[in-house]
Amino acid sequence: MYEHDVIVVGAGGAGLRAAIGAHEAGADVAMVTKLHPVRSHTGAAEGGINAALREGDDWELHAYDTMKGSDYLGDAPAIETLAQDAPEDTITLEHWGMPFSREDDGTVSQRPFGGLSFPRTTYAGAETGHHLLHTMYEQVVKRGIQVYDEWYVMNLAVTDEPDPNDRTCHGVVAYDVQSGTVEGFKANQGVILATGGPGQAFDHTTNAVSCTGDGNAMAYRAGVPMEDMEFVQFHPTTLPSTGVLISEGVRGEGGILYNEGGERFMFEHGYANNDGELASRDVVSRAELTEVNNGRGIEDEYVHLDMRHLGSERILDRLENILHLAEDFEGVDGLVEPMPVKPGQHYEMGGIETDENGATCIDGLYAAGECACVSVHGANRLGGNALPELIVFGKRAGRHAAGDDLGEAEIETGYSEGVEEEDMELPITPGEAGIAETGATDTEDVAADGSGQLSDPDGVLDRTITEERERVEYLMEKDDGIQHAEIRAKLQKAMTEDVNVFRTEAGLKRALKTIRECREAYRDVYVDDPSRTFNTDLQMTIETRNLIDVAETITLGALVRNEFRGAHWRQEKQERDDENWLKHTLVSWNGGKPSIWYRPVILEGENKTYEPKVRSY
Amino acid sequence: MSTQQQEPDTDAETEPEEPESQEVPADQEMSGLASPQQQRLQRKHDGMAEREREAAEDDLEGDSVHIKVFRYDPEVEGKQEPRFDDFHVPFERGMTVLDAVIYARDEFDSSLTFRHSCRQAICGSDAFFVNGRQRLGCKTQISELDQPVRIEPLPHQEVVKDLVVDMDHFYDQMHAVEPYFQDEDTPDSADLEEQRQSPENREKIKMSSRCIWCGACMSSCNIAAGDNEYLGPAAINKAYKFAMDDRESEEIKEHRLRIVEQEHGVWRCQTQFSCTEVCPKDIPLTEHIQELKREAVKKNLKFW
Repeated sequence: MYEHDVIVVGAGGAGLRAAIGAHEAGADVAMVTKLHPVRSHTGAAEGGINAALREGDDWELHAYDTMKGSDYLGDAPAIETLAQDAPEDTITLEHWGMPFSREDDGTVSQRPFGGLSFPRTTYAGAETGHHLLHTMYEQVVKRGIQVYDEWYVMNLAVTDEPDPNDRTCHGVVAYDVQSGTVEGFKANQGVILATGGPGQAFDHTTNAVSCTGDGNAMAYRAGVPMEDMEFVQFHPTTLPSTGVLISEGVRGEGGILYNEGGERFMFEHGYANNDGELASRDVVSRAELTEVNNGRGIEDEYVHLDMRHLGSERILDRLENILHLAEDFEGVDGLVEPMPVKPGQHYEMGGIETDENGATCIDGLYAAGECACVSVHGANRLGGNALPELIVFGKRAGRHAAGDDLGEAEIETGYSEGVEEEDMELPITPGEAGIAETGATDTEDVAADGSGQLSDPDGVLDRTITEERERVEYLMEKDDGIQHAEIRAKLQKAMTEDVNVFRTEAGLKRALKTIRECREAYRDVYVDDPSRTFNTDLQMTIETRNLIDVAETITLGALVRNEFRGAHWRQEKQERDDENWLKHTLVSWNGGKPSIWYRPVILEGENKTYEPKVRSY
Repeated sequence: MSTQQQEPDTDAETEPEEPESQEVPADQEMSGLASPQQQRLQRKHDGMAEREREAAEDDLEGDSVHIKVFRYDPEVEGKQEPRFDDFHVPFERGMTVLDAVIYARDEFDSSLTFRHSCRQAICGSDAFFVNGRQRLGCKTQISELDQPVRIEPLPHQEVVKDLVVDMDHFYDQMHAVEPYFQDEDTPDSADLEEQRQSPENREKIKMSSRCIWCGACMSSCNIAAGDNEYLGPAAINKAYKFAMDDRESEEIKEHRLRIVEQEHGVWRCQTQFSCTEVCPKDIPLTEHIQELKREAVKKNLKFW
């Protein structure tokens, strides 16, 4: 068994910053990650980091833009913390050597981004995430922080009190991908989940193959509610054949969208008469699909993004990476022709419910970055707000886990008596239903086994290690059945078809049924590769289980939320309903019997209350 | 085991295509190469690659692609002796080498093992030895390759399983150049000032900062193959990025030059340009190594 004060799971932007934060606070911190840190998907972020650095801008403007962008579903304390901490945390990156793009006077460059009232997106070419990731990894190396790379975390070691709010997390169980050994990692002070998004629940996504929602699924099954999962951002400019992202920076620099007839549809068809291409991402994605659905798309599939008029000098200076991506993954030269683009799954606004210190309702369990929901992004994330979230809340989670006093959190976490509950009749029974032997054993069953409640940290960890070893044995020894790839493909197809930009009640119910079928199929899943060495078959089989759980929470949230807010559009009710829906959707696992409940959004900020307004661009 | 021990049919079908041309100037010490960016734009201007790819794709439409994939597993009977497995994968327009091995794994043999993640040439996981050359699987169009396409793990590194090699030595070398800003100076929250850097200096380090740690260069380097302690092109390039960054002081720069001019540092490089040829991010690695040699000489002259 390994033992540290703080264990960080995942080593992308949030994980690296959390580890540095915990280290700064004096903790013995280690990172456990299924990839080597520099392989993390933060590296693919292109656009930039929103931070109010300049005269004429201030954190309150950043907070206002973010709240408006969230369609009034972000919590003010989270949004204001983001806007207040982002400048210092961004400048800290610069002092660590991050190669930001520069102005003639040597200061860092900023550019306009969608939904922003000031050009505050601080960038490093069109490869900001790459530089962010590498700069922070350099600091981890400098500090000698222990990294267990290519160790896949399978489960959390959490006590089994009946009420999740009473539980404590004492560590994680992981297996060494290179050798197949299953080991425990004891965390004396805290576990921080920084596992990124669940984009692989969809088949047309900008996300890496590794983005499988592992942290979400593990926290969910351990008793932490999943918050606002129905809010999935579909980025308006992804390459049609691969889903590779074309940065919003292209539109920020002046790129224009055209339909088949050469119309600048954002204006000519009235989708965003003021901001045009730089309207919020959800607005642009719906506009593009509406054009395609009305027969004005190119090859009935996509629209054109044209940046030729910016001139090669400006393009090479600020967007060079885009030329490489368009050439390598779509065979298009962005200097001489427009680039084909269509919406693709990009970002999960929802996630593991946390407060503004990254803490969940389970003692000692934290989350930060895309896997978490603080909630900063509400119903729609603004471009340039993901990277500051990583550094701001990664750092806070690391500091808090290591014992720093960050003050009392204003955001509540965990289910409590008296909250509003959803009682809609569902077309299927969600949740576990008999796949315990192939997934994490649910805590209540363990208690029912007669093993009794365990609160001793070593006992909890030992029990989890035993369970996970049994799970691996089971999957490896079973020698026929269905393979995970078939189930994953079916799940991804259903999500892309029915839980996409445009959603209908019938479609969402259909998706829930397919997810149910995936669960049933998963009962018969087996791992064909008999080797303990670098068994990616085993790893992906476990990931697929996580995707099923996460996809179900997305779809449940989408079904119950009968309104149109931010990225979530419903055919049955195509308008925002502030009277009934200024509230977060929460899904609790309940030992395999999920329930849905709500918590009001917090609109009271430090100096003002944010009044919901019509969100027009 | 290592891919240096190849079985017999290795040279039968290697080098099916010309490496991208890299004009070596008469005096490498003095004259700069045309930047890879200029070369790339030149190629684009010619439109060659694009037309060739389209023609090749038209030929392949509806066909399947024949790939031969290196297999090895230290603990599975039948795989302990390295072998090649043949897969026939249905061709789709735009299919990359990575797409082909993913298809083979998901449809034919789930034990086929390789690293991959982002699919867009930024995570650096999937450098393979494809038809005798180091390439990123996700960035290599299969229609541009002669068939059968031979896909092997990176040479000169221990093979863990199938296409997965042990990267630990590569990471050790990257860490050996102290790849981080040395200053402890962090901003005061009351007075947030960035360090100034001219756009020219930022441009100077731009290419070096694009490294994705894929290891293609190290694998292609004959010197690294023969001298295990040689820092190698990627680590030296990392050192270059810091040494050329004006935000660090002259003293620190001198410290960095001392690291790279050690016995297994820049002077080992014999300017064969193999690293520069295989770099998927077009980083002028050899040029950077040469420039560090010049800087090291200048520094030493100063102290004489």
